Amino acid sequence: MNRLIMSEHLTQKNNSPLRVRGLDYLEQLEAESIHIFREIAAQFEKPALLFSGGKDSITLVHLARKAFAPGKIPFPLVHIDTGHNFQEALDYRDAMAAKVNATLIVRKVEDTIKAKNLTEPKGKFPSRNWLQTYTLLDTIEEFKFDACIGGARRDEEKARAKERIFSVRDDFGQWNPKLQRPELWNIYNGRINKGENVRVFPISNWTELDIWNYIKKENIALPSIYFAHEREVIVHDGQLVAMSPYVTLEEGDAVVTKQVRYRTVGDMTCTAAVESAAATLDEVINEITAAKISERGETRIDDKVTEAAMEDRKKNGYF
Amino acid sequence: MDILRFITAGSVDDGKSTLIGRLLYDSKNILIDQLEQLEKQSKNKEAGPIDLALLTDGLRAEREQGITIDVAYRYFSTPKRKFIIADAPGHVQYTRNMITGASNANLIIVLVDARQGVVEQTRRHSIIASLLKIPHVVVAINKMDLVDFSQDVYNNIVIDYAAVAKQLGLNDVTYIPISALQGDNIVDASTSMDWYEGKPLLEILEDVPVDSDINLTDPRFQVQFVIRPQTDDLHDYRGYAGKVISGVYKKGDAVTVLPAGIETTIAKLEVAGEEVEEIFAPQSATILLANDIDISRGDSIVQTNNQPQTTNEVEVLLCWLDDKPLQTGNKYYLQHNSRLIRSVIKQVEYKLDVNTLQQQPVEGNVKLNEVVKATIKTASPLVYDSYTKLRANGSAILIDETSHSTVAAVLFQ
Ligand SMILES: Nc1nc2c(ncn2[C@@H]2O[C@H](COP(=O)(O)OP(=O)(O)O)[C@@H](O)[C@H]2O)c(=O)[nH]1
Repeated sequence: MNRLIMSEHLTQKNNSPLRVRGLDYLEQLEAESIHIFREIAAQFEKPALLFSGGKDSITLVHLARKAFAPGKIPFPLVHIDTGHNFQEALDYRDAMAAKVNATLIVRKVEDTIKAKNLTEPKGKFPSRNWLQTYTLLDTIEEFKFDACIGGARRDEEKARAKERIFSVRDDFGQWNPKLQRPELWNIYNGRINKGENVRVFPISNWTELDIWNYIKKENIALPSIYFAHEREVIVHDGQLVAMSPYVTLEEGDAVVTKQVRYRTVGDMTCTAAVESAAATLDEVINEITAAKISERGETRIDDKVTEAAMEDRKKNGYF
Repeated sequence: MDILRFITAGSVDDGKSTLIGRLLYDSKNILIDQLEQLEKQSKNKEAGPIDLALLTDGLRAEREQGITIDVAYRYFSTPKRKFIIADAPGHVQYTRNMITGASNANLIIVLVDARQGVVEQTRRHSIIASLLKIPHVVVAINKMDLVDFSQDVYNNIVIDYAAVAKQLGLNDVTYIPISALQGDNIVDASTSMDWYEGKPLLEILEDVPVDSDINLTDPRFQVQFVIRPQTDDLHDYRGYAGKVISGVYKKGDAVTVLPAGIETTIAKLEVAGEEVEEIFAPQSATILLANDIDISRGDSIVQTNNQPQTTNEVEVLLCWLDDKPLQTGNKYYLQHNSRLIRSVIKQVEYKLDVNTLQQQPVEGNVKLNEVVKATIKTASPLVYDSYTKLRANGSAILIDETSHSTVAAVLFQ
């Protein structure tokens, strides 16, 4: 398969000398991510892969399979279920875990709310995003995970751009942007003190478009909501929010049926859909290449509130 | 399409943030919502309606101090290439960040303010570039608009820098006059500097050859992880998973496992679970050997007729990265790719002045941002190449045994 990519390389490069062996950019990214996965498995006693059902974590699982093939992925998949997930994403999650023969651990935000007597978020689109942190930290504690693998990318927004690939969190899951370990060459220092854990981001250097192109190249199946489908939505502030039992309708709210797809998959209450007729991967990639709005800007409802929202959340142990 | 990793270096206010912003903006890698946010934040009216420098400004703590204090990574791409920018701050005390950002870079853009010319910081950044063996250097002489786009000013700076480059042995140096603020020679050729005959910056970045930066002649491979499925059908499978650090391996190659020195041959090669005839850098691969030998993480598999050095005592350049000073005689973990060895710093020979390259006696402890020549003794043999010969197998880090922080960058001599 590598040979194929090479010949493409040869035709693309006009006057450079013939390359006998070389990797194209997706293969380079893949090689780097596999290297990171193997470092995680070797350096930690109890790693876990945080699986959300979104395209980034689906890509992570795909890469992890490659890293350990023909063996199975040597750590469990963990899903923190907010209770506001799309059914399609949940179905996909279960099918995927079964297919790759991985242990799936699900912990529900609902249970944390009850156990800790937390206050449910209110408002028109109540988001449990913020409460996920509690469930995640409890889950880390319960299983004594020392490394949690996440699908965050540095291109997502500014606060992420400085995140290390191996990012140490303290006892409280907190991230201290001022006290990051220097990360040099391809050498990853995963040594930690008792109680600390590490968040690892194997696809740090990928952009949204890289992910889409890789999904296409590798022919990775995605949940159906990534492609155009009919859905009842509310138009709010120019964004399309799925109609669901968790949304409070107000006077004047119009529920309309539109053809939409999702660019990222999070909670039903805080992920907006985009109007689209793109039914295939190629069509989706075309739309994204032409899009003039970033993934987060287009689809995350809660981030519009404050620019520092992400930084605050990270400091508190969110991914 | 391939990847170019580069770093930008310059003193504070040389226009580094503006330049990166300009590259992202003019290559159409900035999206509407990000632009709107910029407009909201732009208070620097001199910089025009949108202050491009804000694009690359990261964390709040830094915004408060008004300076960038850590390495941040930016991404953009053109139809030819994907670019990864390590944005390292220009402040005097942040040699540490620059070393971090430079460690992976194929290219460095050294920014010079046309009004100031080559200054101490320019030398410092160039010295670091030469220590870390960044293969390609682009000297971008910025703010040409403030010197009337003068060819004389440009030429004089080129002459000054050429002397620095010669002293440091930098051999691939390209010069370019730009105005990051106005976009001259960034994506399109400047209309104000007809005398400049070279390519605009983006084209330089697109065309610089990166495949030649990968060594395909000296095969080096370190075991990261041993894959042992232990299922019925894969009962005897034992795959050594790792990254090809350099070189090419073929099925049937006679190899030696180091440091043990055991000889065997390659029985099978795999990439992502699929059998292949050969593997090459920088692939992540899996090697299966003909004989059943005891191999664990950190062991090297090399070709029997092309072996690296194996030693318990090695001369190194150390760049100290931690607030806590180095203590001679203290033990540290040395991590060389995936190999972790206990080590002790036996002796510090001299300090390297990163502004002049002069060797100075070491007084007291070695502190943050200092570069020293030292000797390290390791508890078990190190299998390495000199940094000059093979960057990817000639580098390591030191880890403090109690805090577990990464305290030094190590370049094997
Ligand atoms: N006139 C002029 N000003 C520039 C140019 N590039 C940057 N500046 C200005 O120089 C100042 C410092 O730029 P900035 O990008 O923040 O510098 P940094 O500290 O190196 O990141 C800002 O006021 C910029 O608007 C240029 O090419 N011409």
